[in-house]
Amino acid sequence: MKGKIRFVQGNEACIEGALYAGLNFFAGYPITPSTEIAEHLSVRLPQIGGKFVQMEDEIASMAAIVGASLTGCKTMTATSGPGFSLKQEALGYAIMAEIPCVVVNVQRGGPSTGNPTHVSQGDVQQAKWGTHGDHSIVAMTASTIQDIFEMTIEAYNISETYRTPVVILLDEIMGHMREKLVIPEQGVIPTIDRLRTAVKPGIDYHPYFPREDGRLPMSDFGDKHRYNVTGLFHDMWGFPTGKPEEIYKLMRHLVDKIDGYANRICKYKQFYLEDAETLLISYGSSARTALEVVHYSRKRGRKVGLLELQTIWPFPKQIVREICATAKRVIVVEMNMGQVLQEVKASVNNPNKVFLCNRVDGALITAEEVKQVIRIVKGKGI
Amino acid sequence: MPVKDYIRKRFFPHIWCPGCGHGIVLQGLLSAIEELEIPKNDVAMVSGIGCSSRIVGYLDFHTLHTLHGRALAFATGVKFSKPDLTVIAPMGDGDATAIGGNHFIHACRRNIDMTAIVMNNRIYGMTGGQFSPLSGEGIYATTAQYGNIDHAFDIAKLAVGSGATYVARSTTYHVAEMRKYLKEAIAHKGFSVVEILTPCPTYFGRKNKLKTAIEMMESLKNTTTPIGSKAKAENPELVERGVFVHEQKGEYCEEYDKIIEKASAAVKGA
Repeated sequence: MKGKIRFVQGNEACIEGALYAGLNFFAGYPITPSTEIAEHLSVRLPQIGGKFVQMEDEIASMAAIVGASLTGCKTMTATSGPGFSLKQEALGYAIMAEIPCVVVNVQRGGPSTGNPTHVSQGDVQQAKWGTHGDHSIVAMTASTIQDIFEMTIEAYNISETYRTPVVILLDEIMGHMREKLVIPEQGVIPTIDRLRTAVKPGIDYHPYFPREDGRLPMSDFGDKHRYNVTGLFHDMWGFPTGKPEEIYKLMRHLVDKIDGYANRICKYKQFYLEDAETLLISYGSSARTALEVVHYSRKRGRKVGLLELQTIWPFPKQIVREICATAKRVIVVEMNMGQVLQEVKASVNNPNKVFLCNRVDGALITAEEVKQVIRIVKGKGI
Repeated sequence: MPVKDYIRKRFFPHIWCPGCGHGIVLQGLLSAIEELEIPKNDVAMVSGIGCSSRIVGYLDFHTLHTLHGRALAFATGVKFSKPDLTVIAPMGDGDATAIGGNHFIHACRRNIDMTAIVMNNRIYGMTGGQFSPLSGEGIYATTAQYGNIDHAFDIAKLAVGSGATYVARSTTYHVAEMRKYLKEAIAHKGFSVVEILTPCPTYFGRKNKLKTAIEMMESLKNTTTPIGSKAKAENPELVERGVFVHEQKGEYCEEYDKIIEKASAAVKGA
């Protein structure tokens, strides 16, 4: 790809992707290791007439981007573990009210204040289930600086298409590591804006009446249609309802509009999968280690492949099941206690052939550690 | 335009109890907007959770019914992203000063051009009559069955101390005064706060020997007095009504426009 070449941190690549996609409103609160996103955007956004606000806390930052999205902005907030916990309430609101927005979580060790300056992938399940109640959400990740840029654009495209918050799950290493980034000319990578209603002023606009494909054309606050938005279960007018049939309809819609399109939403990368007997599944910075192991093994004629997940939620169940079908063993390489492992086990036909290779002490998992697990799983001893 | 034209009749009847003061606030608010001749399309109303926050659903503006305590945080996003909108945030006392206390003081400090209306009935009504930060000592509530030992806030003083540039207090008994303050607050450039004492006969009154709406209204009359009145000097227990501050200070969105100018100039210069 041709374009402007830069040497940047993952956090900056995320910003570049967001600006490329049309970000014009950011609200945040300082937290390690995501702070560079706020710092750089406080410089960049006013240069293009965009808005940057440092709010009083994480909760307010999340709330502010939902408010700004309703006036038609493309919005972002960025945080890490403890801040991500605080944002869950308003993240659930964005799910319920179907407000597009992007939330970056540069993962650090947890629980609690945990390990602020070191890497972890411990928030994978929280990205889906951190907020209460049944729902669906989209969460994406990346293992190179270029991919962070491209996945951030994709995050906006999905957020705007499906009217959903999208979580970008980076980790401390991906956020702070520097690598080459190529920023193509505007228009080379497609960017999507939300559907806006064609209903004319004076004619009833039903803000929460989905089209046949599940999409809901929006109307910006301040524009011609005035309507109600609420975090309560609501009818097609956006007005609170307690009717069981309305509640069921909305719940199904909120889940189906994402899960029903999982194969379209989910992105992944395949390395040497055709004949892989040992299949590694990984994502984020640990996928870099896994890929190193694949290259090392292939040089020695060993049939090792890597499935790198770039979308974690909705979990690409069908894709994982099909790809794992022919492998003799599947090893999930991740830096938590097995959060993607359990999803993989639930997806494949034979969960007994799925193993975990993890590290949870704040250091990057090494190629030696992955190779050792492969040896053990193959029954070759330590 | 008649006040009724600001109402979404489709969503009536409202949920408020007989004797509740929130309908009086609604009427006063709409009269203020009507007198200011603000077009409906220019108003965004953002509320949190509680009896008072249901006010937005009934009104034909751009309305956002959000999370408990978070109205001002959502409202900041709306206003800052679209400064042309007139943004009004009606809240309850628990909503604004307990769970939303942090957002409240920082919205005051930021001086962003919005109006916060705190409908203070000194109780959590929607959840069934628990004491709020405004109940005060000796008040009975469903979570203060032996009498409340928590001290109360003074919302107006809190707002002044936090940097709001228009702060007033009135009651639903003093309707003309309340409407006047609401009008001034909405017209004011900067963060404005209007605290309105309002009766909750169902929960506050029933537990505190003010069983009817009329008794509650009378108590609003008898326990309040204009700022600096002779009555206040004689009886310091009385709650003061009036305008506590009305001043001009850099408004957040306008100040940010200057940042945009600086930042764009720096880019052009480079």
